[in-house]
Order: sequence, then structure tokens, then C-alpha cells
Amino acid sequence: MGLGTLPPPDSSGRLKGVNWRSRLFGAGSFKLWALLPLLVVLVIFTLLPILQLLQMSVSELEFVEGELVSEFIGLGQLDNLAKDPIAGIALKNTLVFVVAVVIIETVTGFCLAVAISRTKTLSILYRSVVIIPLLIPPVAIGTMWSLMYDYNYGLFTTILIELGVQYPPLWTADPDLALISVIIVDVWHWTSFMFLIMLAGIESIPPSLLEAARVDGATELRAIRYVILPIMAPTILVAMLLRTILAFKVFDQIFVLTSGGPGTATQVISMHIYKVFSEQFRLGYAAFLSLMVAAFMFIFVAFYLWASRVLRRRFG
Amino acid sequence: MKQGAPSKIALNLSLLFVVFLILFPVFYIVQTSLKSMADVYSGSFFFEAKMMNYEEIFTGSRSNFAELTRNSLIVSSSVALICGAIGSLAAYSLARLSWQRWVAGGIIVWLLFINMMPPIVFVTPYYLWARAAGIYDTPAAVIMAHVVLNMPLAVIMMMNFFAEVPKELEEAAVIDGCTQWQAFRLVILPIVRPGLAAMAVLVFVFSWKEFLFSLSLTTTSAGRTIPVGIANFVQEFNIRYGEMAAGSFVAMIPALILVLLAQRHIIKGLTVGAVKG
Repeated sequence: MGLGTLPPPDSSGRLKGVNWRSRLFGAGSFKLWALLPLLVVLVIFTLLPILQLLQMSVSELEFVEGELVSEFIGLGQLDNLAKDPIAGIALKNTLVFVVAVVIIETVTGFCLAVAISRTKTLSILYRSVVIIPLLIPPVAIGTMWSLMYDYNYGLFTTILIELGVQYPPLWTADPDLALISVIIVDVWHWTSFMFLIMLAGIESIPPSLLEAARVDGATELRAIRYVILPIMAPTILVAMLLRTILAFKVFDQIFVLTSGGPGTATQVISMHIYKVFSEQFRLGYAAFLSLMVAAFMFIFVAFYLWASRVLRRRFG
Repeated sequence: MKQGAPSKIALNLSLLFVVFLILFPVFYIVQTSLKSMADVYSGSFFFEAKMMNYEEIFTGSRSNFAELTRNSLIVSSSVALICGAIGSLAAYSLARLSWQRWVAGGIIVWLLFINMMPPIVFVTPYYLWARAAGIYDTPAAVIMAHVVLNMPLAVIMMMNFFAEVPKELEEAAVIDGCTQWQAFRLVILPIVRPGLAAMAVLVFVFSWKEFLFSLSLTTTSAGRTIPVGIANFVQEFNIRYGEMAAGSFVAMIPALILVLLAQRHIIKGLTVGAVKG
């Protein structure tokens, strides 16, 4: 129960009116007033935009002399989608990117978590350094790596030439290597995230379990395989789902490293919508694509929340 | 846990290598930022460090980092303040003031959705609103977007902190004659102050590094923030490497300070949405 006391009955004795009034102004009203600003923000800035996206995606929008002109075209954006070959490429690139980074970062994050959970003296150093990539601006991560990838003056080229390689790779400028280069940067950036979730999981394993395994003569590797991995399986699964969702957001580093190029080699969904919006200036079509992404992610996130709950109940 | 000395050394050596892998790009950018163009071209490892790139981006005629830094500071601190105020009030109400389960649960799920939705989804409506409201290309437009983006973090982090405060404290305060507002303001808030500070700092850093909305809702240095300024370097025909590196390093400073203060709270905030497995 809340801390509010029951209001005195008002003169007319109509209980409903009393409830309404006391909820807004009575002793227990703080609960509502404290929540209200958040509700206002959520309704105005997250619910209305979705409704507006709905409206925009059945329209053709144009700025004529600074005034927004909107024309209803129904499902006309579906024709635009059919005529847009890059949308399919962007979807494919995004899927390749997401699958690759989730798998790699799960492995690297898990190994890092197992390793760091075993250290004592230097543990604080490792833990502080590892969170750095999650805090610095992704745009700066992009420039750091584009400096290193740079074909003329970059570090990788310089080293490879010193080593006698005649034609060092072009990295982000090579259509075949560009997506891989972007994936490498993402692994540098996001391994730490998987590490943090996995470390929390490992640290919640009772030490007695590992102790018992060791007493029974299990080697380090066998202890990881037969004790840590099975206990961690639900955590790992949840972390992979969450990382999958977050990986779909990728934009900043790709904007800096390749802008989606060369050609369409690293064009991903967010990048494509941004270009439709800012370069082609087709607001209606951009809204339509945004809405499709929102609908897809909505289903995926709902699945994630459901799955993480089920896993927690069954194994938690 | 007993481990042999050799395996312990091997473990630490490989972890030190990981530390090197993470710190090296940061070191590389600092090094480049101290190089003149000639030093960048020659690719030499030894060179005379100069501050000219930093001077150029802040005072040079071709650069506007002074304005961008001002905008970034205005945006990030406003967002931290607004998220701190709205977030801690809402979190207290949701965590402690006995809402029905569907209300509290519904709002949290909604917040998680926003946290996980690709932000590009909100770009077109916000762009139209910013233009309609006449705040396009001002820090106000960017603040609006960043408040929404960071609200899930603010509320969920604060809910965890409030949940740790013993209930008896508020009850005692109310028995002593406090209203609920006074109990919150005078008793509970001071207790969670370290958590509130951690949340505000993290929101500040997240707003500081945000790029997509700062890019889409602005067009000149009247509203742009530092990340947009850095990205502009890359799109020039002749990239000014040294200045780009200097700008990037300036952009990293809040994050590096935060790492020095790193604490448990911040790590929790970094993995919001990862419901414990």
C-alpha cells in the first residue's frame, strides 16, 4: 500500500468524485505527479512520432518554399520500395554484419570474461580499460580506425610495406574488404559490452562449484566446458539476443568509415534511411522505411523480453 | 583458487595484450593529433610534438570547434539535468509508490523498447517537429532528442537505486509528519545521491557522444555538436588528419575522465536492458 491516507468523505458523499479529486490533489497524489513528467515525455515524444510515421508513410511529402506539402498516396510507398534495389542490399548487409558481430563478440566477450574473472591484482586495471570503447564517441572510434586504415599514411599500410608486402589491402576502400573492416571496428567497440554481461554471470556462479570441479581433478578447460558454460548458457543466449537488437542500430562508425560505400558494400539499414531522408530528401519514403524497421524491431524486442523472462524462470 | 605460476603469467600477459589492443588506437590518435601535416605524410614514428592542431581547431578560421564545444556542453548538461529530474521522480514513483503491476511493468517495457529501437526511426518526425517549432539547427532540438534517447537509462538506473533503500526510512519520515514529497526530497534523495550522480554523468557522456540526431537536426555550427564536427573532417576532399585527430581526442575526454572514476554504478548503466540471466 501507498503511504497516502484515505481522504475525508466530501459533502456530497459521492465516492467517485472523492477518489478522482484525492488522486490529483490528496495526500497520495505525489505518486501521480512524480510520474507525470515521464508520461508526458513518453506520449509526446515516442507515441506521437510513431503515429506521425504512420501518417507520413501514406503520403508524399515535399517542402515547397519552406512549407510542407503533403499528398495522400495510400500504399504508394510499396511501389517505391519495389523500385529501390538498395533497400534489399542494405538489408542483406545489415544481416551479414549483425550475424558476424554477434557471433564474434560472444566468443571474445566470453573468453575475456573468463580470463578477467581469474585475475586479482590487475583486475581493476583490466576492468577499467575494457569499458573505454563503450564510452568514447563512436564517431571518434570511426576516425581512429580510418586513420589506421588510411591507404596512404595509415598504420596498417606502413607496417605491411615495411614487412615487404607490395600491394597492401585497401581496407575500407576495397568493396570486398569494406564490410569486414567495419566488422573489425565493431568487434573492438562492442566486445566490452558482451564482456560486462558475461562477467556478471560468471561472478554469480558459486565458487564452491568450481572448487568441487577442481577437487575432482578437472582441468581449467574442462571446468569451463562442463561447469561454467552450462550454467552460463541462458545468460549467453540473452546477451546474444540483446546484442543482436543493438547491432541493428549501427550507423555512426559506418558513416565515418565508409558512408555506406564503396558503392553499396557497407550500406546498412540506418545508413540507407538516412540517405533517403537527407540526400534524396524523400521524407515520406524515409518514414515508410522507418516504420517497417520499427515494426520489425518491435516484434524482435517483444520476443527478447519474453525469451529472457522464460530463461530466467527456468534457470534463474 | 590455486593456479600454477606459469599459467598465471600467461593469463596476465594475454590480458595485457588485450589492454594494448584497446589503448593503442587511442594512443595513435593522440600521436597523430600532435603531428604536423609533414610528419603525418612521412609516417615517421619519431617527430616533434606540436599543439598546432589543437590551436587550429579552436581558433583557426576554417574551424568552429569553440562553438561546437559550447553546443556540446549546453546539450549534454541540459540533457543530464532534465533526465536526472524527470528520471529520478518517475523512478521513485514506479519503484516505491505501489503502482499496479501493469502500470509499472508497462512503462518499463515501453522504456526498453525505446532503448532498443534504432534511433533512425525517430529522425524524420523529429526533423519535421524541429522545423515546425522553429528550433531546427539549435541546441534545443538536439536536447529534445537526447532527452528521449536517454530517458530509459535514467529511469531504469534510478529504479535500481531506489529499490535498495530500506522502506522503513520513508515510513518513519511520514510518521514524523513529512508529506510524500518531503520524504522523497529530504530523506530518500540524499541517500541515492551517489547513484543519481553516476546516472547524470553517464547520461552526460551518452549525450556527448550521440551523433545521428545532432547531425539530422542541425545544419550549421549554431546547433551542431562535436561529433558532427569530427565527421565533417572525414568528408572533406583533403582530410586534415592532424586536426581530425585533435578533435577526436577532445571528444574522448569526458569518457576518459569517467573511466578514471569508474565504479560499479556506471557498469550497471552500460548494460541496461540485460535483464539478469
